[in-house]
Amino acid sequence: MDTFTIQRQDKDEFSVLNLFGFLDAHTAPELEKQLDQLINEGRCKIIVNFANLNYISSAGLGVFMGKIETVRSMNGDIKMCKMTPKIFRVFDLLGFPTLYDIVQEEEEAVQLFASKEGSSRRAYDRT
Amino acid sequence: MPKNEMTYCLRIPSRTDNLELIREFVARVARKVGFDEDDVGKIELACDEACSNVIKHAYEQKNGSQSLDVVIRVDLKKLTLVVTDHGKGFDPSKVIVPDMKEYLAQLKVGGLGIYLMRTLMDKVDYDIKPGVRNQVKMVKYFIDKKSSKVVKADRNEE
Repeated sequence: MDTFTIQRQDKDEFSVLNLFGFLDAHTAPELEKQLDQLINEGRCKIIVNFANLNYISSAGLGVFMGKIETVRSMNGDIKMCKMTPKIFRVFDLLGFPTLYDIVQEEEEAVQLFASKEGSSRRAYDRT
Repeated sequence: MPKNEMTYCLRIPSRTDNLELIREFVARVARKVGFDEDDVGKIELACDEACSNVIKHAYEQKNGSQSLDVVIRVDLKKLTLVVTDHGKGFDPSKVIVPDMKEYLAQLKVGGLGIYLMRTLMDKVDYDIKPGVRNQVKMVKYFIDKKSSKVVKADRNEE
């Protein structure tokens, strides 16, 4: 039974990861593997699309925390988009919006990469 | 058993691929006894975090060789969720997360689950007997006592 799948799309220098299903302690290693793959390929402008993700636990968030430093050290970033309110709440509870760009649309994430100013997370700090 | 209390039990092999089944069980019970979808999601996630901790830490990932128990007791006021394992214990007092921003900035991965459990539920207690039995007990009240809306409703009932 596939409880979690990742669909990868490379668009120019960006890689979009579309997440489907349930991201928990069982499935988080698959996401980690996929992010490691992108890092190994030097594709560090990563956009994660959460539109089809039904569930996330801290194990899933832990993967992003574990990889962000490496990705940013390679002049890249992990930007996140299309979260449902249920998914966003978990990120919000753990304070992620102050450390990651979380936007509505995939296009906004692309624009943030394109704009030097926009790459600052402060633009999305809601405080 | 006190009057008006219902108990639901699940004993399940301690494997991460059972987390989905555990969540399904907990969510269905929480929904059945009257929690709204928002609270069902909170209870489901808190239980997932407790069970993930048990599977990952208490049993040191010896997948499936032991079982864990998820017991839900429901009375008129609250739902009590008890996760019990017989693995290695830990000291919950050492898991303190005073400042999430700083914590995240340091990119520490562990401990997020315990922070979430404390945030999502009304009460979280541990009963740790290393090597014998470890229990995490979490409570969710049907009525959020902090909500002014509910205080109003209570007054109306008087």
